[in-house]
Amino acid sequence: MSTTCTPQLLFGALKVGDCLPELRHTVTATTVVLGALASRDWRPMHHDKDFAVNRNGTPDIFINTPNNAAWFERYITDWTGPFGRLGRLSFQMKTPVYPGNEMRFGAEIKALATDDLGCHWADLELNISVDGQPRTVGKARVAIPGDTSDNPWARKGARWQP
Amino acid sequence: MSEADLLPDAVRKMIDTPIYEERTEFPIEIGYVYNTCAAVENGNPLFWDEALAHAVVGKRIAPPTMLSVWFRPHYWAPGASGERKAMQAHFDLKELLGLPEAVVASNEASFGEPVAMGDVLTTCQIVHSIGPIKTTRLGTGRFWTVDVRTTNQNGDWVGTESYTFFGYGRPEQ
Repeated sequence: MSTTCTPQLLFGALKVGDCLPELRHTVTATTVVLGALASRDWRPMHHDKDFAVNRNGTPDIFINTPNNAAWFERYITDWTGPFGRLGRLSFQMKTPVYPGNEMRFGAEIKALATDDLGCHWADLELNISVDGQPRTVGKARVAIPGDTSDNPWARKGARWQP
Repeated sequence: MSEADLLPDAVRKMIDTPIYEERTEFPIEIGYVYNTCAAVENGNPLFWDEALAHAVVGKRIAPPTMLSVWFRPHYWAPGASGERKAMQAHFDLKELLGLPEAVVASNEASFGEPVAMGDVLTTCQIVHSIGPIKTTRLGTGRFWTVDVRTTNQNGDWVGTESYTFFGYGRPEQ
């Protein structure tokens, strides 16, 4: 595999109110189980439908928290490319995502800022909706290169303040 | 606050006290990174292209959101009895508060020094807060928040995750 080592998305090109490209993904039981096992989450509500229904009172198995985070990270870095560096991520799973649901990812830039250390930040509002209803909502703070010579991953210690 | 809202002594003593300091059971490795990226179809070359990872970060790293992955124990291990669980402070609260079911209500994380292949991480759990009794559509119980702070073998801060759970009993329980 060979990929260019030049940042493609630069901070100066961004505007508050810009939306990230939508991502859609239809969830299957395999999606849920793959995500749970990849995140080493062995709790049965993420692979055992009988347990999910009879113990958790949910209609089916559902996507687990770390996998939800991994989906958001993938969505954000699909947009930034490899030079985007995630600083913060928070989310609330209002309603679980089940097999058969089509997840629609959306995000909007709510703020742009450059900190005292010269790091450029985009604050995003995130959501995953199913059939137009929000299932998971969240926020992220991601560092974006200021120019083609800038690399947020080069920041260490006190120079990285997410 | 009603009498029912009062917390048992054992629970109150847990609040703001770092507990369950533990190290990862194995050095960070690329196989789990591939599994995670494959599960969400994450094609970020930082995790698939070794040369690019070295050029951009100086080392091969894991996705930041994998932080909690490294501390979940194997489902079984020689000599272990019963199911082994991550986030033991959370399961302690379920038992001490008599709330048999729980779901994660929200999750917040901040990420520091990237986690690199071969790293050995150390974590501790801190029960940050426990709320009053509430009834939701799932059942009656409490919300509580547990912080997990993680450092690497050099003492660098690599991240903090904060989980808010709702522990509850279903109406028929």
